[in-house]
Amino acid sequence: MLLTGIAAAFFYMFAFIAVASSVMVVVARNPVHSVLYLILTFFNASALFVLTGAEFLGMILLAVYVGAVAVLFLFVVMMLEVNRVTFRKGIAEYAPIGVLVGVVIAAQLLIVVVGQSLAIEPSGTPALPTPDPAARPNTAALGDILYTDYVYFFQIAGLVLLVAMIGAIVLTLRDPRPHIKRQNIGEQVARDPEKAVELVDVESGKGL
Amino acid sequence: MFETYVLPGILILVHSLALLVVLLVFTAFILYADRKIWAAVMSRRGPNVVGPFGLLQSFADLLKFVIKEPIIPSGANKGIFLLAPLVSAVLALAAWAVIPVQQGWAVANINVGILFVFAVSALEVYGVIMAGWASNSKYPFLGALRSAAQMVSYEVSIGFVIVTVLLLVGSLNMTDIVLSQQDGLGTRLGLPNTLLDWHWLGLFPMFVIFFISALAETNRPPFDLVEAESELVAGHMIEYSSTPYMLFMLGEYIAILLMCALTVILFMGGWLPPFDFAPFTWLPGVFWFMFKLCLVFFMFAMVKTIVPRYRYDQLMRLGWKVFLPISLFMVVATAAFLKLTGWA
Repeated sequence: MLLTGIAAAFFYMFAFIAVASSVMVVVARNPVHSVLYLILTFFNASALFVLTGAEFLGMILLAVYVGAVAVLFLFVVMMLEVNRVTFRKGIAEYAPIGVLVGVVIAAQLLIVVVGQSLAIEPSGTPALPTPDPAARPNTAALGDILYTDYVYFFQIAGLVLLVAMIGAIVLTLRDPRPHIKRQNIGEQVARDPEKAVELVDVESGKGL
Repeated sequence: MFETYVLPGILILVHSLALLVVLLVFTAFILYADRKIWAAVMSRRGPNVVGPFGLLQSFADLLKFVIKEPIIPSGANKGIFLLAPLVSAVLALAAWAVIPVQQGWAVANINVGILFVFAVSALEVYGVIMAGWASNSKYPFLGALRSAAQMVSYEVSIGFVIVTVLLLVGSLNMTDIVLSQQDGLGTRLGLPNTLLDWHWLGLFPMFVIFFISALAETNRPPFDLVEAESELVAGHMIEYSSTPYMLFMLGEYIAILLMCALTVILFMGGWLPPFDFAPFTWLPGVFWFMFKLCLVFFMFAMVKTIVPRYRYDQLMRLGWKVFLPISLFMVVATAAFLKLTGWA
């Protein structure tokens, strides 16, 4: 979609802030600031989605990445108390590898973009016809693709995530340690006054 | 240029300002109502000095907060410390942009309205975390961690409740959600459009779950472990004073009103009158919306006075082990029901 006029101005604004804040993620000295800049980047990326008409993706990006994933990042970074000096020490060692990875990714992106625009040869599988965006809201279109056309692939992706989740739970699961007291909610709810309270009629002048 | 950009821009600005002013004044009186209801249940008088019946108490409080000196702790991370209350208040206000108070009365009637509210209320947790971290003190930090964990947990069940309603509606637009409640259980039985058609009846378990989750999401009692007075002083807000503190309180109450408005829109027919015939239809829809909003808020306030506070492990258990399975099951059950009966 070609953006013109005010939409283009907004695009450049959001794009600039997104790029600038993603640079700040790397540059910022304080790790918590880095995560906050990362959140700003997500926020602007979601604005870009909305601007291109993919409002569902934009909102989901906010709800999932900013509302849940980045919160966990922030938790971890806040609790770790990262030592900033040791954090910076290895930067010279790792810089060449980082540059190498960056160059490779940039080259690959360039190949894809240039290859597509030159259209050297048509790709193997034909794409499904694009539905008319005015007739079908993109939420419904995405639902069709995920839950109707490719429902098995979607379910398999879900299973893979489930396996990852079970793995994480198994890693943190420990044997019940006998010296640790635990709450048993069922027991607590099932308590009643007869069992918990004993009424004793104490005669005057005598103890219990 | 003027027709396409400037005129709509000015209109949106006017709408937003009107909404903002009405919302802030309404919040002032809701705060007063909260304290009055609380007092009435405890056989106290509540605020009764400023203005007739103490009606202007909230405005006096506002004045007091604004003219006091804001204190910033010397060890605090100044920028984030001041940003946190702003994030809290601005996000709570921003979500109101898509709430329709009557047919066509929304600042932005967007396709993904409910998702927008969900996304923005998911971001509100940042105000809490940033405040807790930037204060550079143990107690706000602990309060913020508890509060953030609580808000993130209950968002999950709120999300599933919203999905169940959306299955019946078939649209993410707020106006569509309200209008879909013109046709429901009652009209299927041959009755005229009444409050029996609204989703609260058909999805009653979800209505209860949504109400309780909304209490937990906004840190209202009995889930107010954030500022459990006997344990945590004031949670993430301990180090705050003056206007920044007021912004937190404002954000909290606007978020509560937002949750009430969501309850009204999702389950109680939005601006629709309770009975779709003569004396009830004379009143405008915005009246019915406000009436229902006040009703839900009254329930919020009564819960605050009656129910004792939960223990933290009970709170987490309720969210993850009770509400999440029930709401997940209800999503599947509702979808299967709709598919098998061809209802919607």
